[in-house]
Amino acid sequence: MSAARPSFRLFLRSTGAVFLKDLRSELRTRYAVSALIMFVVTTISIILFSLGSEGASPDALSGMLWVVVFFAAMSGLSRTFVMEEERGTTLTLQLLAPPGAVFFGKLLFNLVLVTGVNAVTVVLYSAFINGFVIRTMSIFVVTVLLGSIGFAAAATVIAAIIARANTRGTLYPVLSFPIVLPLLLSVIDATRMASEGAFFGEAAGEFQLLISYIVVVIVSSAMLFEYIWKD
Amino acid sequence: MVLKILLGVLLTAVIVSGFGLPMSPHPQAWYELPVIPGLEEKARIIFFHVPTAWLSVVAFLTSMTYAIQYLRKRDLAYDIRSSAAAGLGFMFCILATITGAVWAKFNWGSYWNWDPRETSIFVLLLIYGAYFSLRSAVETEEKRATLSSAYSIIAAVTVPFFIFIMPRIMTGLHPGAKGDPEGAGPVVEFKMAPNMRVIFFTSLIAFTLLFYWMFTLRVRTAELETYNQRRG
Repeated sequence: MSAARPSFRLFLRSTGAVFLKDLRSELRTRYAVSALIMFVVTTISIILFSLGSEGASPDALSGMLWVVVFFAAMSGLSRTFVMEEERGTTLTLQLLAPPGAVFFGKLLFNLVLVTGVNAVTVVLYSAFINGFVIRTMSIFVVTVLLGSIGFAAAATVIAAIIARANTRGTLYPVLSFPIVLPLLLSVIDATRMASEGAFFGEAAGEFQLLISYIVVVIVSSAMLFEYIWKD
Repeated sequence: MVLKILLGVLLTAVIVSGFGLPMSPHPQAWYELPVIPGLEEKARIIFFHVPTAWLSVVAFLTSMTYAIQYLRKRDLAYDIRSSAAAGLGFMFCILATITGAVWAKFNWGSYWNWDPRETSIFVLLLIYGAYFSLRSAVETEEKRATLSSAYSIIAAVTVPFFIFIMPRIMTGLHPGAKGDPEGAGPVVEFKMAPNMRVIFFTSLIAFTLLFYWMFTLRVRTAELETYNQRRG
């Protein structure tokens, strides 16, 4: 972004182009979506088998939902960057688009992916897990939305780091966990509130925290991305 | 040389007075430490446990500062400093965790209770662990330096959120925390007896000097190692 005065419109257009490119290649192979959905189905069935006929407390169940979400995200979100390295297209992308556009394009793609998968996860989870009841729907919807944005933000920058390292798969959850933990804790707390039937205003603190987390992570990773991306 | 002698004197003084000075419920002489109800002799850990915890945070911030410097200047000397500080921080973090856990066993009845401070030191341990596994996964020096610098900055940016999250999720047991039944815990806040405060701050200074000394040693060895490698 060191050019004389790159017009904002051009920046937006290349961001959109990166996003569309990823979306199109995903729609062709459906690699990430199918892997993520299968992961969610597998995890939920493991929870069902291990619970058996016994129910768990609503607190534990609202925490378990985010365990499913976390590991599903960890299994698929590194795809956008790792794919570029595997196909050897990183260099081309470096030449064709400014780093910021690459970052926001990939972020947008991950955001769409996570939000979609989370929607499926939530529907499956509440359909199959007995005892997981949401009493305040508004809190829950906002929590899932903000949680998805936060996950996408943190996961995208870690994916960019991981794609440049030699071992790609195994390190991803290890690096992500400490970064995502504040998000996870407050999202779990908000979900617990939603299942207890708290008023919307009571969860305001959690939402403030989630929003500031999202802003901080996106801003700092947008600043750092240029260093990670360029050799 | 002066530093080493000073360090030796200070640490000896801290160890001798920290373990040796008698405790009495109504301290009369200057050398008698007050007994804190609920802590008694176990209070002595403050002279050693708190400085290690303090250093694990100082080392983390040092590492992050050098990481920023590296990204700005692209000089591997900064990366050497960043990873040296992180290595020491990891060590002090482990020390703080273990001493804290042993103390918790005797004071709270179990080694681990997920008290806010235990949780935060656990997260710090995780970050250090992730930082070093990332470093070991990258072979090219420049790339390793860039990626680990970026990671430590991202981690440093998200850590402050725990300050806001922790109190909402659980109440603290730790002395000095709000949930402490005695109300006034014997932590850094100026509720400590004056003579304890002197030992405590001397210990803090001595440990910081120790960190500085170990840090320069590590940087020097690391620089010599890279120098040797370059010469073949």
